[in-house]
Amino acid sequence: MSVTLERIPGQEERLILSMGPQHPSTHGVLRLVLELDGETVVRAIYDIGYLHTGFEKSFESKTYTQCITLTDRMDYLAPLSNNLGFCLATEKLLDLEIPARAQWIRVLLTELTRIQSHLVWLGTHAIDLGAMSVFLYCFREREEILNIFEAVSGQRMMTSYFRVGGLALEPPLGWLKLVERFLKKFPARIEEYETLLTKNPIWLRRTQGVGYISPEDAVAFGVSGPSLRGSGIDWDIRKKQPYSSYEKFDFKVITRTECDVYGRYLARVEEMRESMRIVQQAMDGLPEGPVKSNAPHIVMPDRESMKTSIEALIYHFKIVTEGFHPPVGEVYQAIESPRGELGFYMVSDGSPKPFRCHVRAPSFANLQALPKMIEGRLIADVVACIGTIDIILGEVDR
Amino acid sequence: MAADLESNLARTKLLEFDPDAIEDARAFRDEVTLYLRPGHLIRACEFLRDEPGLRFRFLADLTALDLYPQEPRFEVVYHLLSLETAQRLRLKVRVGGENPRIPSAVPVWPAANAFEREVFDLFGIVFEGHPYLRRILMPEDWEGYPLRKDYPIEGYR
Repeated sequence: MSVTLERIPGQEERLILSMGPQHPSTHGVLRLVLELDGETVVRAIYDIGYLHTGFEKSFESKTYTQCITLTDRMDYLAPLSNNLGFCLATEKLLDLEIPARAQWIRVLLTELTRIQSHLVWLGTHAIDLGAMSVFLYCFREREEILNIFEAVSGQRMMTSYFRVGGLALEPPLGWLKLVERFLKKFPARIEEYETLLTKNPIWLRRTQGVGYISPEDAVAFGVSGPSLRGSGIDWDIRKKQPYSSYEKFDFKVITRTECDVYGRYLARVEEMRESMRIVQQAMDGLPEGPVKSNAPHIVMPDRESMKTSIEALIYHFKIVTEGFHPPVGEVYQAIESPRGELGFYMVSDGSPKPFRCHVRAPSFANLQALPKMIEGRLIADVVACIGTIDIILGEVDR
Repeated sequence: MAADLESNLARTKLLEFDPDAIEDARAFRDEVTLYLRPGHLIRACEFLRDEPGLRFRFLADLTALDLYPQEPRFEVVYHLLSLETAQRLRLKVRVGGENPRIPSAVPVWPAANAFEREVFDLFGIVFEGHPYLRRILMPEDWEGYPLRKDYPIEGYR
């Protein structure tokens, strides 16, 4: 915080400009300090922490189940991905087997999350660069996905739907109809965005060759997700280290070799199409069965069984008042969130609360590549570069 | 992932390269943790990054643990990832609570920059040789290190 750039002696005519934290194009409360020579950015540093909430400290005072609600609020555009990462890490700690149906619904919903997160990214990125209508179209489609989330979890955004051991509850009857309706409409909608942008000369001028990051630099700075794949590196955790039965799905990993804003744009748009294919497969092959694993000391019992079974009632009481005790140990579980590698490093000391839970936030690492992208470029490109790394400040600051 | 320590390639190769680097090693849930000696850390990291067959070029995560009141109090934790072999490896370095210092990994992985600043900010561990070691999340004039175990979760200090 309160970061500033020192003036270099002999270069006093250069302007030190503070951009943000209240700036419409910084996607939240990012602050940049830029040293400008005319319109060219000579040096840049970023300043974060305006949204620091101390989630990692809070984790240590809550039971594992309570922590799930906190994970929603970190990356507020992909709450289900965060839920999934946290649950997978805890399940790994517990060595808990998850029923196939729950795994498939998790895949289905996280892919919808990816689509809606990319839609917000595309809309805001386009509006930053002057394309107003794309923003409106993207938010129209996003609303339909949020309706699906509301149908299954009761919440549009802070879903907390994935729980340790499976799902919070069986999705309501007819929810797949909503998904089906969305899938039927959506391919034409992507075409619509592409008509507006992909060959638009203004869009091309603003994005091609801007925000270049070489594959070597991308790896060195810890960039992950579509930003890494936009630099030509074929790395997707869903393929390389599959979790939650991703190995059963057929999809392509989209890589682009442009290494610029345009390449990352194409990568994300194409990713939405692939996510749609995964959702379709998950819907077609959705297995029957329970959505919670058979571990009564960890998973909350059904309301119905509590009325008839004393054991269920006792377990319910124990889980609510005390929580469950994972074995002593530590795990790191990474998932491919819409922004890249979302990792949960969980340390247990055997008590019902995490001893330490560190979140490897993809935006936090991706942000490190930003100065590299904008130094030596025009100030107008800064906005394009902030948009292209798709940062979420809730996750950066945690 | 190689579940047991004996067959872990990174451990075997690192032992050949520098027999004194590894202090301790553990495996839990198919994840291997190597405890390195602070003096050997940077050389070992460079080796792990460049050695063919390992190539841990991607620093996925860097954080710390506070084991208060145990001594040595801190553990700095590195999560490495090899994009070539799709393997992960966890490194740990023990750091004493009195004046905690450790060499910075920024020369090995530039990605460590922000992560080390975060650890410095929240745990108060100093990374020697870091190019810009300042608080990153908390205000510049903040007193105390919030993620230490003796720092209260609520109320006034």
